[in-house]
Amino acid sequence: MSLIQTLARMEAVASGRAAPLTTVRHRHLSERPLVLVPMTTAGEAGAPLGVLVGTDREKPQLLAVPQPRDRELRFAFLAELAESVLPYVDGFADAVEWEERKETDPETGKRVAVQVELCADAPQLIVPSTAGIDFVRLLGRSMRFRRTAEQEPETPYPAPPHVPLLGRWFTHFGERSRVPGASLLLAMTGLLSRHWATGQSMLEDQHLGALLAWIDPPPGESGQVAAERAETGRDADGQLLCPPAGPATDPAFDNRLLSPAMARYDAGLSGAEEEVRALIEGQLRPTWDAVWQGLDLLRALPPGARVADRWKRDRWSYTAHRDRVRAGEPPQPRRDDAVTAAQKLASRETAQAQLDAQEALDDPLVMAGRRLSGEAMCGTVVHVEMAYSESRRPTPRPLVTLRTEDRPQLSENVKLYRPLPDGRTQPAEFVSYAAGGGLVVRLTGGMGRGKEPEPGSVPEADDAVTWTLFEHSPRGGPELPDPEDTPWTHGGPPAAAAAGAPADAPDPVTAEDFL
Amino acid sequence: MTRPDGRTSLPAQRGERSFDPAAAAAAATDAILHDTLHGTRRGVVVDSPPGAGKSTLVVRAARELAAAGRPLMVVAQTNAQVDDLVLRLADKDPGLPVGRLHSSEANAFDPALAELPSVRTSAKIADLAGMDIVVSTAAKWAYTKVDTPWGHAIVDEAYQMRSDALLSVAGLFERALFVGDPGQLDPFSVVGADQWAGLAYDPSSSAVATLLAHNPDLPQHRLPVSWRLPASAAPLVSDAFYPYTRFRSGTDHGDRRLAFGVAGDGSGVDRVLDEAAESGWGLLELPARHTPRTDPEAVRATALVVRRLLDRGGAATSENSPDPVPLTADRIAVGTAHRDQAAAVRAALSDLGVHGVTVDTANRLQGREFDVTVVLHPLSGRPDATAFHLETGRLCVLASRHRHACIVVCREGVAELLDEHPSTEPVQLGVTVKFPDGWEANHAVLAHLAEHRVRWRP
Amino acid sequence: MSVLDARLSRVNVSRDSRPAAAAPPAGQQTPTPSLRRRLTELRGPGVRPRSLDARALAALAANPGCRRRALLDGAGIDKGALAQALGSPATYGQSQFAIMRGITFESRVKADGGAALMRLLHERLRTDTAPPEGEEVALPDLSAAGPEGRAARTALALREATAAGGWALLDHPMLAVEVAGSPVYVEPDAVVVHPDGSWTVVEIKSFPMIDGAADASKVGEAARQAAVYVLALENVAGHVTARTGREVRVRDRVLLVCPKDFSNLPTAAAVDVRKQLATTRRQLTRLTRVEEIAASLPEGTTFDLRPAEDGRPTRPTGELSEAVETVGAAYSPECLASCELAFHCRKRSREQGAVETLGRGVRGELGGLRTVGEVLAAAAPEAAEEAAEDRAEGPGRPDDPAVLALRRAAALRAEALAGATGGAARPAEERACR
Repeated sequence: MSLIQTLARMEAVASGRAAPLTTVRHRHLSERPLVLVPMTTAGEAGAPLGVLVGTDREKPQLLAVPQPRDRELRFAFLAELAESVLPYVDGFADAVEWEERKETDPETGKRVAVQVELCADAPQLIVPSTAGIDFVRLLGRSMRFRRTAEQEPETPYPAPPHVPLLGRWFTHFGERSRVPGASLLLAMTGLLSRHWATGQSMLEDQHLGALLAWIDPPPGESGQVAAERAETGRDADGQLLCPPAGPATDPAFDNRLLSPAMARYDAGLSGAEEEVRALIEGQLRPTWDAVWQGLDLLRALPPGARVADRWKRDRWSYTAHRDRVRAGEPPQPRRDDAVTAAQKLASRETAQAQLDAQEALDDPLVMAGRRLSGEAMCGTVVHVEMAYSESRRPTPRPLVTLRTEDRPQLSENVKLYRPLPDGRTQPAEFVSYAAGGGLVVRLTGGMGRGKEPEPGSVPEADDAVTWTLFEHSPRGGPELPDPEDTPWTHGGPPAAAAAGAPADAPDPVTAEDFL
Repeated sequence: MTRPDGRTSLPAQRGERSFDPAAAAAAATDAILHDTLHGTRRGVVVDSPPGAGKSTLVVRAARELAAAGRPLMVVAQTNAQVDDLVLRLADKDPGLPVGRLHSSEANAFDPALAELPSVRTSAKIADLAGMDIVVSTAAKWAYTKVDTPWGHAIVDEAYQMRSDALLSVAGLFERALFVGDPGQLDPFSVVGADQWAGLAYDPSSSAVATLLAHNPDLPQHRLPVSWRLPASAAPLVSDAFYPYTRFRSGTDHGDRRLAFGVAGDGSGVDRVLDEAAESGWGLLELPARHTPRTDPEAVRATALVVRRLLDRGGAATSENSPDPVPLTADRIAVGTAHRDQAAAVRAALSDLGVHGVTVDTANRLQGREFDVTVVLHPLSGRPDATAFHLETGRLCVLASRHRHACIVVCREGVAELLDEHPSTEPVQLGVTVKFPDGWEANHAVLAHLAEHRVRWRP
Repeated sequence: MSVLDARLSRVNVSRDSRPAAAAPPAGQQTPTPSLRRRLTELRGPGVRPRSLDARALAALAANPGCRRRALLDGAGIDKGALAQALGSPATYGQSQFAIMRGITFESRVKADGGAALMRLLHERLRTDTAPPEGEEVALPDLSAAGPEGRAARTALALREATAAGGWALLDHPMLAVEVAGSPVYVEPDAVVVHPDGSWTVVEIKSFPMIDGAADASKVGEAARQAAVYVLALENVAGHVTARTGREVRVRDRVLLVCPKDFSNLPTAAAVDVRKQLATTRRQLTRLTRVEEIAASLPEGTTFDLRPAEDGRPTRPTGELSEAVETVGAAYSPECLASCELAFHCRKRSREQGAVETLGRGVRGELGGLRTVGEVLAAAAPEAAEEAAEDRAEGPGRPDDPAVLALRRAAALRAEALAGATGGAARPAEERACR
């Protein structure tokens, strides 16, 4: 945590209310997100207990499993989930825009411009917490290799239709959420703690109820008191006043309420199923409401100028997966091959650098943090001296003297970048510290092609300017070989390495599923 | 003793009198060159502890390959390393055609290369066709395309190269010699890479880790002798950081000497200088206090140590020259953990009128060598230890740059800080455990430094 | 390694001293009678010391700097009951669904004489010996009365199995480790004796391994627990070596068995626990500090809850709280997941305004400033001037880089917020507008 964020937390402690970390909203929020509040069975991998799901905050759909260890009931639940989620996901597939993209022509090997489809909007899933994102990923993994009876009539315990497809989409959302700044699948705790500093630790911020208590405390109450109640407050029966945001349940709920109700269900008592459903809904509903409360808080913030640019990448991601599904490609493999792993890592590193740069450019409060750490400087132009490069065709290289209170970590010839009002970037380099304070910067581009700089391209005395030491649109890494060309150092092509089961073979199933 | 991976290492240094460092090093080099030139495997891996002659080996292997009529490419990690290699190659063989492939940005390479008659520089690989040896960074090679791959490559600083960087260049060569120091800082990623942990080709792991996971039976060698580290330092660095692959100093106690023309004034700074001159190590210990990273007292003490090193007319005697060589600013380095600490030390040195001393972070001091180093201890004054500050490689780099002496400036209380450090690290299945961990290595170094401690209140 | 050996010279758990050990299984220093008396006083008359299990021992590494925890654990005080009596109960507990699943899974793994387990062990540890076949695996009966009896029975079974030179699977053996002078009994899920005389600890957990990967924090916890068992086994190994003349090696790679993917089929991985072993040795050594901590308490200090007939504590909360305050804690938010007393310590820490309540990491840049109040005062420009006059030395003095950085941070933050219209600054007003 940076010092400026630590300070914000301390302000929150002193005022009893969360302090802002940003002046704008740095993530895209859909007008119609799909909120998904999951709950899982303790001790089981991928055995959901229930979810509240939907796009209408007043009418969440409750899906529940009265006995999660029963495979039939689990499949029924997943089928319902697919019926509920897939229409939403597919709903963005057909409204498209056309974009021009450079592709390599397979025949000539030349780069040519082609028109490709880009979905005009994309689905957005919101879960309560980071554990919820992991759960989406886990569900995706558990479903995508299943076989339906339609795919394989002989398969034992076939999955209901659409379940494997939901698995593929959940896997895609889960992977995409690992890309810094991506917004197809977001956790509410992550969203809120990006924008507000509470008076507690980041660890405690994982609790959605406590986090909201700090950001939006009840009238007349301090955030700390409200947060402590949200964390530990229990009613006379020992049940939490604010149930956990899941997917893990509270052991007291399991032991005192759920377990007896399930026993009644197992015994075949009438009304037991409804009882289990009501219990699950009772645990999920407060979290459902909390997620929507969080959305209200976030929507009140104006979006950052470059948020739409990042959302466009999410739309590309959605479109690409839509195309893979339509083309009948197999599900994502269990583990990435060497080339895919390297590609993902490289693109995430680029996305992280872009996100860091864009957030700073969109938000003076984020930029303040970069200034404090010596990665940017704001100041006033004192003086501009015209100068030219020493080439055959001299080009303008004006020297700008800047007065600043900031202390950037500069050394000779360090590259600098100035954001221009139109969104472009002007390159420059640090020359030296000026006598009597201030520093001298040489502009190295962004002044047009002529002998004289274009009007307005060079700052003037008394202008307020910002230079960053970081690039504004950092480029991606080098091209990697095709997976079929994986070199010997990395085990050679994956096909040769994978002897035995094909990558998308279904998981083995056992006859008795009851653990 | 036997490593967990089955490799055997040298017998311990102590108690074996007949050890001939030059012969041991020559035998290791011969075996490496034999495998490189005549071996049948696609790769050869060489572990080189600090100052064991890695650059010399790379230059020699490159020249021998070239002499055998086998052109090769050399991959290094930074532009400075590439320039240094080209200069060394030209120095050994001024007529050897060497290409320096560089980026298209301004000041992409050392201007000194332009003076060398047989060295050609270009940003385009086509311009360098026909050169016996072409040298560049991994980053530049990754953007290079060739029709036929090179028969041979040398990959330098391979432990600091990330697996994904090797992936993007490995298609350029048929076979390669991988050379590096396993004890220095590991490569890292700014974004999470946990999902690939345990995979042989985890893109965030080191190139050598991936290479050996896929090719476990490649010949692996080790340079057994550090020519840089004095006899006072090799055992500690070897024990603390290379417990399974011990190495020894090429020189003996008494082969190197550091002396001052001016007697000490009795201050803590002078006393620690005398201790370091005498024993090779010195710990200047300031009173315990929690401070931010740029602790003004520790920074000033560090600068003062350097100032006095110069003022007292230090002179170094070594096997390199029969006469004492004056200890000048360019033979001294200050090492820190963070960039802002380095900046603060630079400013403090400038206030004291000292110029020309290298001041940098452990990251940037990797691969470099000085007569005397002054180290601001990474844990000095810290209220907590973090994985960054405990990283074994960081301390290893800082404690192994010197030929004569290393002086550590530190606040009291680091031992307690280490004791109170929580050990609740997550464990990834299938990931080879790095051992010793930072905790152990830090304690080992501290215990040794305690024997050379001078307490001082600035 | 020399440092570690030096630090461990006081206790006998060092691996290097293993073959020579001829002391009782728990070969550490025995507490002095006065310490034992003192610890009894701290618990209260008639209160049996609460036995630590391997999980609790492993958790000692979570916050070794905490004297309060060291003392309470060392004295065998029930921290959960103490926290309850202080009005800040822990929020632990385990779901019976999870417990049931764990039990069923373990019995599946051990069914058929542990055939599945032995197969996995052989595959994952890549031992040179031939894979064990059904009847070749000895399954010694370990039942005996009381933990001491079971531990003795286990030691005997280990000796016999090792001498026999074949495979043996010990189901829930009992082992002893000395903690701050008293024996603590720990019970691994299983220990396997190899024909070559080496022993392997087996941990069976119910979290899944999916595509060969598992939750790293859970694996870490399992590895720390397994390290306790390895350590305890090393004591026995010393005796077996001494008695049989056969060199016994406790393997530092343990076998972790988990459900595979989403099934109830077992899979396994070898986990290298050398690091955790070194850590556990360190922590056990440190627990000998208990005597020193106990000696520093005011005369008559006790954590006795004075339970009434029905078990309810009768000790006034204020008095109890005062007693707890006599020994310093090192609270950080990580404690919430690993110590029953954490909510109490958090409350106290927040009352004091300690910066650690916001996370261990925040201290790094604050130097000597210890409370939120001090930090905010230092960050305020006018207040800093005053502080500068008051204090020429120590934290908060004019050239303290922490103060300078804080003031710059505060100024930059204020500047950015002043320039922003609306923003995230006013959630309450916005709430009012809805």
